[in-house]
Amino acid sequence: MTQANQTVAVPLYRLAHSRSGDKGNISNLSLIAWDPECYAALEAQVTETRVADWFAYRHPTGVKRYTLPTLHAMNFVLDGVLDGGVNDALNLDTHGKSLSFRLLDMTVEVSAELARRLPDIPGDRPAAA
Amino acid sequence: MPQSPLLIGCASGFSGDRSDGAAAVVRTLAAQGGGTLIFETLAERTLALAQLARNDDPRRGYEPLLDELVAPVLADCLRHGISIVSNFGAANPQGAALRIAEIAREQGLPAPRIAIVHGDALNAPEQRALMKEKLGAALDGLDIVSATAYLGATEIAQALAAGAQIVVAGRVADPSLTLGPALAHFGWDPADWPKLGRATMAGHMLECGLQVTGGYFCVPGLKDVPDVDSAGFPIAEIQADGEFVIGKAADTGGAVDARTVKEQLLYEVHDPARYLTPDVVADLSHAHVVELGGDRVAVRGITGHARPAELKVNVCYRGGWLAEAEISYAGVQAEARARLAADIVQKRLGSAFKLRADLIGAISILGDDAGEMRRALPDSHARDVRLRLAGEHADRAQAERILREVTALYTCGPAGGGGVRTALRPRLNMLSCTIPREAVHSGWNFLEEIAP
Repeated sequence: MTQANQTVAVPLYRLAHSRSGDKGNISNLSLIAWDPECYAALEAQVTETRVADWFAYRHPTGVKRYTLPTLHAMNFVLDGVLDGGVNDALNLDTHGKSLSFRLLDMTVEVSAELARRLPDIPGDRPAAA
Repeated sequence: MPQSPLLIGCASGFSGDRSDGAAAVVRTLAAQGGGTLIFETLAERTLALAQLARNDDPRRGYEPLLDELVAPVLADCLRHGISIVSNFGAANPQGAALRIAEIAREQGLPAPRIAIVHGDALNAPEQRALMKEKLGAALDGLDIVSATAYLGATEIAQALAAGAQIVVAGRVADPSLTLGPALAHFGWDPADWPKLGRATMAGHMLECGLQVTGGYFCVPGLKDVPDVDSAGFPIAEIQADGEFVIGKAADTGGAVDARTVKEQLLYEVHDPARYLTPDVVADLSHAHVVELGGDRVAVRGITGHARPAELKVNVCYRGGWLAEAEISYAGVQAEARARLAADIVQKRLGSAFKLRADLIGAISILGDDAGEMRRALPDSHARDVRLRLAGEHADRAQAERILREVTALYTCGPAGGGGVRTALRPRLNMLSCTIPREAVHSGWNFLEEIAP
């Protein structure tokens, strides 16, 4: 394999940013590429299945992905992941505001060349899956 | 109708937001010839809390910080022709309007023309019957605090067009606070869905205050925002075709760029092609953003489709008691001791409660109520852990058992538990449905027509 074909796993936060929103027991997570050149990797790898698996411990009853290529973004709608939502959950974060940062710890494979150019936080230690 | 752009600034994103943001917005609007100032102060349960306050005292039930929001800017708004539009009427729009009239008198200002939007509260028997039809047995036996429909922009627009300087509403959809002034200013056909869709999304950008100006965006080292401590509230410039630019109050901190705007554009959106409001189905599936520099971003490519036939209704009811108790463990085996303490309490309380345990400092926020994630994660040997136990019960005395079990850890172990804090709070729960808009009798009046 040549150098150009080598890929490395990087956490999503190096490719994209995200914000959670809540309505009832439904959370939506935007995922917005830092740069248009990052979008293809997001669309190819951050699939409904992977997101459903990533949040399996919250038992989503449905995960739907909407792609927004003009914004270089995607929107994930996760049904039933807020333990009942703001009125029922006993979580300190009943709105699920933090779930976007859970998403950003997921890893994707990108070329080593792209990885070198992505923003990073020196010394950051992503949580284990 | 004037076709000059309309400036709309937002100085509050929820009840409890900073209350000192309006002055900079008003200065910016005044310097550019006027516009509209909006305050968004309702969340799903805020209105039910306001109704409880009104039950205790019929003069209350509107935004508790109304004076702090309005008094500092009222004179400047009236002087510069800046209208004020808000849902801070909550469960008592008339009470809020009366208080604003009083503030104007106290400040020696000429009496402003204040309009009140009504009809959001659903108390008529036929309205309750419709809710029952939609929600069925789920409504049985509930101690209902409030039932309200999300009104749209129509009444706000009519009141402004009739000369209102201030419009006080209760439950209107958040973006309608922006669409109403735009409808009044441009005289759009109320079925011009593309224009309504665009102005609605302008309202969506504004409705959460600093979320679009960098406050809720910043991550040190990754998404740095300048002077976030003094970030300015947002201002939208809306054109006659509904196209808009998002900016912020002059001489403030924070940032408006493509990234902050994109995050807010998708906030609380499900299908981007169908963002439902009482006024229009907005479609942002082909939106794009253009940075204009100087903290100004144009959002283009938005359209809209015909409004939904039904209005959303929230029913809030008393939902038992939430008990929360915390205790700290530090030093060697702190996490192991906290985990053991959680096990002890859960074993002693058995299955009679919905109970949750968090190890703050090891795993808390990202976990689930069932504790699956906590049990799956190995001990990380955290040495400064606060155990939080939360539970609920319909019966107050039962909920108090949770607090007593955590307090008892002081002497019953594990070793070294300290700093117990306990709290017991009544809960408000909520159900939602939709009902035909014909069943909602919305309207508006000038204050002097009701309370001369």
